[in-house]
Amino acid sequence: MDTLLLSRIQFGANISFHILFPTITIALGWVLLFFKLRFKATGDMKWMESYRFWVKVFALSFAMGVVSGITMSFQFGTNWPGFMETVGNIAGPLLAYEVMTAFFLEAVFLGIMLFGFSKVPSWLHTTATFLVAFGTTMSAFWILVLNSWMHTPAGFEMRDGVAFATDWWAIIFNPSMPYRLVHMLLASGLTVAFLLAGISAFRYLIGDKCESVKATLRTGVTLGALLIPIQIFAGDMHGLNTLEHQPAKVAAMEGNWETGPNVPLVLFAIPNQETRSNDFEISIPNGASLILKHSADGVVPGLNDFVEEDGTIMHPRVAPVFYSFRVMVGVGMLMLVMSWAAVWFTRKKRGGIAGLPKPMLYGFVAMAFSGWVATLAGWYTTEIGRQPWLVTGVMDTASAVADVPAPLVASTLIAYLAIYVVLMFAYIGAIFYLARKAAKGESIKPRVPSSGGAAVSIPAE
Amino acid sequence: MDLFGDPAVWLPLVFAGLMGVSILIYVVLDGFDLGVGVLFPFAEDAEKDRMIASIGPFWDANETWLVLAIGLLLVAFPSAHGAILTALYLPVAIMLIGLILRGVAFEFRVKAPLKHKASWNNAFFIGSLMTSLSQGFMLGMYIMGLQYTWATFAFACVTAVFLTVGYSFIGACWLILKTEEKLQLKSVSWAKGGIWGLILGLGAISLASPLVSPRIFEKWFSFPEAILLVPLPIMSALLVGLLWAALRKLPTKDDSWAWFPFVCSIVLFTLSFFGLAYSFYPYVVPEQITIYEAASAPESLFIILVGTVFVLPTIMGYTVLAYTVFRGKATELTYD
Repeated sequence: MDTLLLSRIQFGANISFHILFPTITIALGWVLLFFKLRFKATGDMKWMESYRFWVKVFALSFAMGVVSGITMSFQFGTNWPGFMETVGNIAGPLLAYEVMTAFFLEAVFLGIMLFGFSKVPSWLHTTATFLVAFGTTMSAFWILVLNSWMHTPAGFEMRDGVAFATDWWAIIFNPSMPYRLVHMLLASGLTVAFLLAGISAFRYLIGDKCESVKATLRTGVTLGALLIPIQIFAGDMHGLNTLEHQPAKVAAMEGNWETGPNVPLVLFAIPNQETRSNDFEISIPNGASLILKHSADGVVPGLNDFVEEDGTIMHPRVAPVFYSFRVMVGVGMLMLVMSWAAVWFTRKKRGGIAGLPKPMLYGFVAMAFSGWVATLAGWYTTEIGRQPWLVTGVMDTASAVADVPAPLVASTLIAYLAIYVVLMFAYIGAIFYLARKAAKGESIKPRVPSSGGAAVSIPAE
Repeated sequence: MDLFGDPAVWLPLVFAGLMGVSILIYVVLDGFDLGVGVLFPFAEDAEKDRMIASIGPFWDANETWLVLAIGLLLVAFPSAHGAILTALYLPVAIMLIGLILRGVAFEFRVKAPLKHKASWNNAFFIGSLMTSLSQGFMLGMYIMGLQYTWATFAFACVTAVFLTVGYSFIGACWLILKTEEKLQLKSVSWAKGGIWGLILGLGAISLASPLVSPRIFEKWFSFPEAILLVPLPIMSALLVGLLWAALRKLPTKDDSWAWFPFVCSIVLFTLSFFGLAYSFYPYVVPEQITIYEAASAPESLFIILVGTVFVLPTIMGYTVLAYTVFRGKATELTYD
C-alpha cells in the first residue's frame, strides 16, 4: 500500500474512533443538565442518582474524546500538510474558534462539574454542567462548519493556488452546514437515547429496578421516539441538499449509473465498478426518482456523468458509499420501530416501564451502541462520498498528503489501531462494569448538594 | 487593521507571541501533571490516589493549551506546521499515544474493575513517560534545526531525559504544595533529586544552541546584547540557589512556603523559555522559515485575533476560577 492510502486509512481510523465519543458527550451533557434541573425542580433523589451514574459515563467518554481529538489536530500536520497550505486561511480561523470558544470552556468547567459538587454552590454546579454541554455543542458547531465547507465550499477566492476568505458569513453558513449540523446533533441525541435505554435496560434485567433506572430508561426511550422521526425528515432534507451540491455522492448512494428519469430505488445490490452496473439488484421501480425529485419521471444523476473523456473517474468508489448508506438507514428504521414500540408498551395503562416485555429489554441492550453504528455509517457515506475531492472542486485528497515513507505511516497506523482496539474493549467493558456495580447497590448516599460552605466566595442561592 | 502599521509585519509577531505564551503555559501546566505521572512508580498505592486527586480537576484543561499551541501553529503558520510535524513524525506519534494512554488511564483506573487498577496505574506512568520523553526529544531536534544525524539524535535523547526530569521536578514541587505529611516529605526528596536534571538540562541547552547555530551565537555574544542578556542566566542561577535552599528547609512546621518551589520553578521555566524564544526569533522553523514567511493571510489572522482578544481573558478568568475552587490541599476526588 502506498503512503496516500495508508494515510487515508490512518486518518479514517483516528477520526472514526474519535467521533464515537463526542457523539455521546454532545447530547449527554444536555441530558445531565436535564437530570440536574429535574432534581432541582422536584427534589426527587432519583434524578440526582441518574446524574451521578451518567456523569461517570460522561467523564469516561469525555477523556476518550479529548485524547483522540488531540491526535487529530496533529495529524493535519504530520500527514496532510497540503490541506492547511491550500485552505489554511479558511480552516485556520474555524479551528481556532473551536479551540477558543469550545475546548477551554468544556475542559475547565468539566473539573467543577465532576468534582465540584460539594465544593461550589449548587447553582454554580448547574451552571458548570450547562457550560460543558454548551461547550461540546459549540465544538460540534465549528467542526461541522469546517467539514461542511470542505463539502460545499463558499465565500472564498483562489489566488496562486491558495484559498483566501472573501466572505466569512458565506463560509460559516455554507450551503450544506445547516443540514449537516442538524443531522449530526440529532445523531448524537439518538446515540445517547439508545445508550441510556440500553444500559438502563441492562441494569433492569440484572435486577436493579430502582426509580433512577426506570427514569433513565424512560428518558432514553422517549428521547429516541421523539428524535427519530425528526432525524428521518432531516436526513431526507440533507439528501436533497447533497443532490443539489454533490450529485456524484447521491448517485453512489443510490447505486445509479445512468442519468435519466424513472430511476428505481435500489434496496440491495452489489455495485460493480468494473462493469459499471449493479449485480443482484433488488429495487422498487421509480423509487429514487420519487424520493429525490418527488415525481416518477424525475431525472436523477448517474455515476457515468462523472467520468471524464480520458477515463478519469471523478466520483467516489461506489460500494462503500452504497453499503454505508444502507446500514445507516437500516439502523435508523430499527430505532424507529424499537422506540415507538417501547412508548406503546410503557403507556400508563400498562404500568409504565414494568409493561416492557423482556425481549424488548434485551433488544435495547443489544442496541445500546447502535447510535455509533448509524453515525459511523453516515459519516462514511458522506466522507467517502466526497472523494476524490478533499475540498470539493478545490483540491483533491492526493495533493494534500505528506511525503512520509509508507512503512513509517504503516507502523504508526498499526500502533494506533492496536491501542484503539484495547481502549474500545476497555471502554465498553467499563460502562457495563459501572452498570453492574451500580446495580449491586453500591451505596449511593442521599446527599443534597451543598449550597453553603463553598470554597469560593460566591453568594449561594 | 492598518492601525499599527503593516499588518503583514505585526500580525505574525503577535501570533508568534500568542503561540509562545500558549506553549509556555502548556509546558508549566501539563509539565507538572506529566511530572506527577512520571513520579508514579516511586509512590505507594494510597499515595497514587492522592497524587491523581491533586491533578484530577486540572489535567484536561492543561492539555487544552497544547491543542491551542499546535492550533495556533496550524492556523497562523500553516507551512511551518507541516514542515515541523512531518520532520517530527515518529516522536509526535509516540507523544500522542502517550497522551492517549495517560488521559484515559485517569478515568479507567477508578472506573474499571479493581483488579485492573494496577495495570491502569502503569498505563498512566508509561503514558506520562512517553509524552515527556518525546516532548524532550522534539525540543532537542528543534534546537538542532530538525536535521537528523547521529549527533543531533544523541543530543535529542539527552534533552528527552532532562525535560522528563524537569517535568518530574515541577511535578514534585506541585505535590509539595498540594499534599501533606508523608507524601509531602517524599515530594521534597523527589524535588531534590529532580533539580539536578533541571540544572544539567538548562546547561546543555544553553551550551548547545549557540554552538549549533552561529546566528544564535551572534545574538547572545555580541555587544551590547550580551550585557542586556546577562541578567537572564544570573537570575536563573539565583533561582536554582533559592530552590536548593528552600528544599532543604521544607516542609516547614506550619506549612508556610510550600508554594515557593512551585512558583520558583514556574519562573525558571519562563526564563528558559524566553531564552529559547530570543534565540530562535524570527525563525519558526529553525534556520529555514521565518514567522513572516510562514504566516497566513493577514485577513485570516485578523479575524482570529479579534476572537482571541475577547476569548483569551475569559479563558484566563475561568481557569483562575477552577484553580480557586480546587485550591488548598488535595482531597479525595469524589463525584458527590
